Amino acid sequence: MSITPTAPASAPTLELREIAKAFGAVIALSNGSLQLHANSIHALVGENGAGKSTIVKIIAGLYQRDSGDFTLEGETVNFMSTAESKAAGIAVIYQEPTLFPDLSVVENIFMGRQPTKSLGRIDRKLMRSEAVALFDRLGVKMDPDRQTLGLSIADQQLIEIAKAISLDAKVLVMDEPTAALSGVEVERLFAVARSLRDEGRAILFISHRFDEVFDLCDTVTVMRDGEYIATSQIADTNVDEIVRRMVGRDVTTLFPKEEAEIGDDVLVVEGLTEAGVFHDVNFTVKSGEIVALAGLVGAGRSEIARAIFGVDPYSSGSVTLNGKKLPKKNPTAAMNSGLALVPEDRRKQGLVLETSVARNSTMAIRKSLTRFGLLFSPAENASSREWSSRLEVKTAALDTEAGTLSGGNQQKVVLAKWLARNPSVLIIDEPTRGIDVGTKAEVHRLLSQLAGKGMAVLMISSELPEVLGMADRVLVVREGRITADIARADATAESVMLAATHTAQEVVR
Amino acid sequence: MTTESVITGNKTTARTYKDYGRPLWRRLLVSREAAVIGALILVLIVSNSTVRNFGTPITFYYLLLDVLPILLIALPMTLIIITGEIDLSVASTMGLSSVVLGILHQGGLPIEQAALVALVVGAVAGAINGFLITVVGLPSLAVTIGTLALYRGLAVGILGTTAVTDFTKSWKDFVKSKIGDSSIPTVILIFIVLAIIFIILLHFTPFGRGVFALGLNDEAAKFSGINVERTKFILFVLSGVISALAGIYYTLRFGTARGDNATGLELSVIAAVLLGGVSIFGGRGALPGVIAGVLLIGTLGSALRLASVTSDVINIITGTLLVLSVVSTSFLAWLHKKRTKPGGKKTGSPAAKS
Amino acid sequence: MTTTTQPSTTTGSRLLQGLGSFARARETAILLALVIVIAIATIKNPNFVFSNDGFRNLLLTPSIIMLMAVGQAVVIITRNVDLSVGSTLGLTAYLTGRLFIDVPGIPIIVVFIAGIALGAFLGLINGALIAFAKVPALVITLGTLYAYRGINVLWTGSDRINASDMPKPFLALGTQTILYIPILTIIAVIVLIVAGWYLRNIRGGRELYAIGSDPAAANLYGLKVTQRVLVAFVVCGALAGLAGVLYTARYGTVNSQAGAGYELDAVGAAVIGGVAIFGGSGTVWGAAIGAYLLLTINRALPILGVQDFWQRAVVGILIIGAIVLDRVLAVRTARKLVEARDK
Repeated sequence: MSITPTAPASAPTLELREIAKAFGAVIALSNGSLQLHANSIHALVGENGAGKSTIVKIIAGLYQRDSGDFTLEGETVNFMSTAESKAAGIAVIYQEPTLFPDLSVVENIFMGRQPTKSLGRIDRKLMRSEAVALFDRLGVKMDPDRQTLGLSIADQQLIEIAKAISLDAKVLVMDEPTAALSGVEVERLFAVARSLRDEGRAILFISHRFDEVFDLCDTVTVMRDGEYIATSQIADTNVDEIVRRMVGRDVTTLFPKEEAEIGDDVLVVEGLTEAGVFHDVNFTVKSGEIVALAGLVGAGRSEIARAIFGVDPYSSGSVTLNGKKLPKKNPTAAMNSGLALVPEDRRKQGLVLETSVARNSTMAIRKSLTRFGLLFSPAENASSREWSSRLEVKTAALDTEAGTLSGGNQQKVVLAKWLARNPSVLIIDEPTRGIDVGTKAEVHRLLSQLAGKGMAVLMISSELPEVLGMADRVLVVREGRITADIARADATAESVMLAATHTAQEVVR
Repeated sequence: MTTESVITGNKTTARTYKDYGRPLWRRLLVSREAAVIGALILVLIVSNSTVRNFGTPITFYYLLLDVLPILLIALPMTLIIITGEIDLSVASTMGLSSVVLGILHQGGLPIEQAALVALVVGAVAGAINGFLITVVGLPSLAVTIGTLALYRGLAVGILGTTAVTDFTKSWKDFVKSKIGDSSIPTVILIFIVLAIIFIILLHFTPFGRGVFALGLNDEAAKFSGINVERTKFILFVLSGVISALAGIYYTLRFGTARGDNATGLELSVIAAVLLGGVSIFGGRGALPGVIAGVLLIGTLGSALRLASVTSDVINIITGTLLVLSVVSTSFLAWLHKKRTKPGGKKTGSPAAKS
Repeated sequence: MTTTTQPSTTTGSRLLQGLGSFARARETAILLALVIVIAIATIKNPNFVFSNDGFRNLLLTPSIIMLMAVGQAVVIITRNVDLSVGSTLGLTAYLTGRLFIDVPGIPIIVVFIAGIALGAFLGLINGALIAFAKVPALVITLGTLYAYRGINVLWTGSDRINASDMPKPFLALGTQTILYIPILTIIAVIVLIVAGWYLRNIRGGRELYAIGSDPAAANLYGLKVTQRVLVAFVVCGALAGLAGVLYTARYGTVNSQAGAGYELDAVGAAVIGGVAIFGGSGTVWGAAIGAYLLLTINRALPILGVQDFWQRAVVGILIIGAIVLDRVLAVRTARKLVEARDK
């Protein structure tokens, strides 16, 4: 399937054609295609697992493609490292900038290529004035001598952009740059992006936020399940069409949400506050209910979940489980009261990748598997076998390293770990991120079944179709506050997005 | 056998899972621990045949007496290194406890009570390490370099240039006594008991599973309800107590309490632990391998000494062994990575994490 | 929407700014501590400073450790450590003696070069293993500490270099002064100035800081991490080698245990001097002042009525105190930065 571009007729600055990339058995990209033109801001949208970040990493030189064409200004390129792509004029701004925290802004921008005078001495004055000039060009205020430690993500991104300009980058890739930014900072970033576009650069903007895509971009490419779907001019399309292309099927028949009997309050959160992170969070989850916490990435939902579970602290408010108030910052107490958390970052927080499936799936129930205080492998293996069976985990052996399983199976192991505790409340953060379609459906069916059996489920998700399909109620979070509590019947993409991007008062109006 | 699939709700034939990916013999023999044990056996055999007087009971007797402090301290050190930390202050704690024992005994306290106080001092020393590392959040390398100096300094400062040599004969004899008619020192029994306790603790308890988990990924461990800080704190206190115990033994064996007793011993312990297959990066290792590692270094030293090789050469060998063992682990890990990640040159996540 | 970046750039305010950061700097704090210690000791015993020997020893004794602390700082800044420097010193000190005895008439400058070269070579071994095999520096240098010392003892045997075996001009280097400042100190200070200048003003020096600050980012930036780390260890070894030559000049007598334990003082001096153990910050100036502070305190203890047996303990307390202080300050700064940002 080749691209039918409706973009400007001039030759693209950067082009990807039918790129394929697989990691072992997992196919990340089967047909990745993209065209970036100078003087244009191009959006790339798709659900989690669509292949966007793989494309970015190939462009950046972190990965090498298995097959397909990659050309820069008409010439085929094969970047073996990020240094090579940088040298070729490609700059990538990631969600989490990688700067040197101990060094100053100026040094960060020019590290490795500082201007020098006689004897190879670094010309500090020149370097500083160049930095000042860069920030003037961007139209932002930045103290060049300041240590980058402690700078906001927004400021760090601007430093990365300054770096990119000083390298005279022809292509600028921005990977979900607005996730951690406030409204004002987003405006500032967009102004910068527009001026860079007008200078003749090609910009790729990856985001989940449609209002930003429609505000900033000229053209948009949609990807789904590792494949290129379509490219359109922003002016010629709308959110519905894009969502339809992203999801590829009718939203309502996608997830088999069972009817469940909704019981009493199981989890009650009152006035939960942590300065700068979330504020006055109040909600309840009843048994049999699936409550979704929706909102934009960076709204603070995972932080709320972690505070409830006890991994992070909170300054005021309370969490009550089955009538018992939970102590702060005490995951063991939360677990013992019947709380379970499947965390957002499966690889860093959910699993110990270097150890076996058996050990991972029994990690939360170690004590209950002991006899006379001792723990033996047969007991662990028996429990692991039972739960792996129930969740249909695909693994050759129980002592296989969890890191070698596919994303979907890894998620099942994490679920096995927590379900083995028979919790009364399951908090699950991004249940199907980075998982193949088949396993996605299995996870949704699982959650639905659990609710049907009386579990209270709090589901954090950034995927609208998932939220709309699974939830009995949708709580929308924006910048650490709950701005709306929408019942299933009233939940639509529009109502949720509205609440996700506006304050509570504005939503009510 | 059928089981109910939680996903579909239907009764399905259970998937069969093998317990282990490799047969038992492969799991046992193709491992770091097996290599060390094999090397130990090799060295024993070679020394027995080539070095005169090596195979005599008296040699083993002295070998075990010499190597006991290292055997003892290697037990908690293994767990500490598995959690990704390190304790460089163990030898200084030995010296400190030696001095405390000496001073108190000289002051009139019977050995039993003085030893008890020395053990408490060791626990406090370990607790200070643990506090600075888990509560204040300082890196263990820096902290234990500081306490290495501090505890040794206190030991030397308290006794100055003097030494305490007047210890109850019965205790000194006990420490050097043998079991019945054999040439096995009685004190080895203490080690055996402790070794069994530590092996059970590390390999057969939830606590031990927690130690491995947090050594590999302390964030995931936290998210699974493992109390990382408390685990590490306990380990450092254990290290302090065992070091104090080793110091008491050392003092009684040589009959002298000096501020500089056991200087430099921490290097032997760490070398043996790493040689025994424990990864310096944390998360991997087994006590049988460590015990073999200690015995290997001890045997080499003993054999070489009997062959009239000077102790400096022994040190060269120990140092080189340490370097080789760590480099080889790194090399093997690199091979493993290359084999299991066929696609993509850099370390990429198995699934797109968009 | 163009706004000028603050702060204003008039020379007057820049000077004030410079003074302000100087006053807040860690280096100033320990310099002050050093001055205070010297003052207190001198009050109790004026000969501490105001005698020929007193002043000379004040400057002379720490200069050997100072050299090693400077080398150590370079390595620690890259987020590594070198525990083998004491053994390196021992080897080069013995080499120095052996060269003078076995090669009569050898020019002093050749001996210096030989010592530095041996040190650099020993550092190269460390650096190669660490940079290429990607093994933690702690373990490698622990191993080479053992191995190098073993080679030293093996080589030395029961031998000993005596002062009487050394050529007079060489020993004179160890005690002579120019304008009241010992020659050895001048050598050490010259090295310090060169190192300090390089770390501050040359790209390679700045890259060392970057590597220690965030190794992953350094790789992403395309910095030549392996090369730089290798060079850092070569420099550290070379400086330890130089320290070995100076050691022989100063003391004349060298046995197989020369320099044993010096690595601890070197690391301690760097840490006290503000070089963060995690890398990325600190200066060789701080490490140098730290070396002086450490050794001067040790020399001042007897004068203050504290037996010199407590020296080790003092070193330990200083190291722990320094890193606790760093941590407390770091936490406070981070909190202040976050608060300021969220205002």
